[in-house]
Amino acid sequence: MTKGKIVGLEGSFAVAEAVRMANADVISAYPITPQTHIVERLAEMVADGELDAEFICVESEHSAMSACVGASAAGARVFTCSAGQGLELMHEVLYIPSSMRLPVVAVVANRALSAPLSVWCDHSDAMAIRDIGWIQMFAENNQQAFDLTVCAYRVAEDKEVLFPAMVHLDGFYLSHVIEDMVMPDEEEVVGFIPEYEHPFVLDPDRPVSMGCYGPPFIYSETKKAQEVAFENTKSKILETWKEFGDVFGRHYSPVEKYRMEDARIALLTMGSSGETAMLAVEELREEGKDVGLISLRLWRPFPFKEFRDAVKDVELLVVLDRAISSGMGGPVCSEVKSALYDKRKDLNIVGFIGGLGGRDIPVKGFKYMVNRALEKVKAIERGEEIETEMIGIRE
Amino acid sequence: MIGICIYGRGGQGGVTLAELVAHAAIAEGKHAQSMPSFGPERRGAPVLAFLRVNERERIKIRAEIAEPDVLVVLDPGLLHVGDVVSRLKKDGTAVVNTKRAHDEMKSKLDVVSKLATVDAMRIANKVLGLPIVNTTMIGALIKATGIVKLESLEEPMEERFGKVAMKNIETMRKAYDETVVS
Repeated sequence: MTKGKIVGLEGSFAVAEAVRMANADVISAYPITPQTHIVERLAEMVADGELDAEFICVESEHSAMSACVGASAAGARVFTCSAGQGLELMHEVLYIPSSMRLPVVAVVANRALSAPLSVWCDHSDAMAIRDIGWIQMFAENNQQAFDLTVCAYRVAEDKEVLFPAMVHLDGFYLSHVIEDMVMPDEEEVVGFIPEYEHPFVLDPDRPVSMGCYGPPFIYSETKKAQEVAFENTKSKILETWKEFGDVFGRHYSPVEKYRMEDARIALLTMGSSGETAMLAVEELREEGKDVGLISLRLWRPFPFKEFRDAVKDVELLVVLDRAISSGMGGPVCSEVKSALYDKRKDLNIVGFIGGLGGRDIPVKGFKYMVNRALEKVKAIERGEEIETEMIGIRE
Repeated sequence: MIGICIYGRGGQGGVTLAELVAHAAIAEGKHAQSMPSFGPERRGAPVLAFLRVNERERIKIRAEIAEPDVLVVLDPGLLHVGDVVSRLKKDGTAVVNTKRAHDEMKSKLDVVSKLATVDAMRIANKVLGLPIVNTTMIGALIKATGIVKLESLEEPMEERFGKVAMKNIETMRKAYDETVVS
């Protein structure tokens, strides 16, 4: 059951279309490659009267997020988008909506960080903001970029959530790719996102203070309250995805599984390389290897339970990181290890770093990782230490 | 699935070519994916764009096309830059914009199993009054491969070019008629 019309759409335009259907009130964003097409398209929609929103032009990403914070506090439905260095310039302000419980929705076209200057895709920007208290979801294709943006509004603005949400689509690999997708009927999307009403808005008739001073006697309590509330968002995310599936026929889970039923080896990816990795899984299966794929849809809050369930019968987990946690290895791999610590001593985990700064990972790249990991398991069994390998490096 | 590499120079519209044909294929009910080659967008610099069309299945792969079935060369000078022709599959098709006679190109590119040639620059200059050959070369691509119908490009071109769509459709059709394939 998939309702709607088949269209060919660039990932950036798909996101803009979701924001238009969500009828955002205030948009403030600063253009940066590879996110530019999203902000350009939205500016065009506002100028042409297709979207009745206030478009606030700003001089930086720091100001873009500040404008979103103010507008959200005043009760507006808001949107911003950024990438790479832009997201980093926004970094300081990103903490404000999560701690002030303002449901800002943002889309990031994942991009590498300087230096050397790179406009191309990796997940360095996404990983740099993982501890801030934003809900973070990853799209594998343009359909998902649209669907997850729609879901982000419904989740973020739910009275039991009230946290900012970010949808990640890989720069160029999705943001600049035109592919076929199903565009649902606008009425159904509008019906899926309820009217937004924040319980505590800035209103001269009902004064409230936001972002107050937090001396030592109260700061810890507010952080505890924020953390408990953030962890509780997962049930609403699950509920929203379930209802999205019921209405639109596309079902999303925090940990997506592909051919995992009888898998003994699991490959783990995030973002646009997921479907390429599926093709590698098919080829490895033909070679007689019991491989499956896990794709992390929800990065924050981290889906511990679903992740542990997904790997319960797995003997080898092969993790691809498209970012470096300098001096530590891959951030996803270290997260995954901590999620399994003390629970799965029998599971070998082998991490790789690849796809940095737009370096392409073809099907054979994923096959290499699995085959190389099988070799490394032998070294682990001999008691040797193994290091995180960076793939495709010319030395 | 057919994988097509479009090799041109920044400003020649190779990415737009890939996008227009992807839209046309999707409108025909096929699955398609256009992908730029993630290069710096400098006018005159070599630019690669990718296009995949699959009649039956959704396209899952999101990576560059290492061995294309079809290579579209917008600027004949690029045949000497890098090693584009050798990337073509053994039974692949090259679609080249060239002033030279078809037979001359055929003997020059003897490694290519199927060659399509057209003087796209002359046609574009005449019809569009501009030395931009992307829409012209769509006509040659369709003649060589039949990947989509000529008329399927009309709507995407109208959407993209507005008032000048008609001229772009005309230049495409003219190139279709003039392209020599063997």
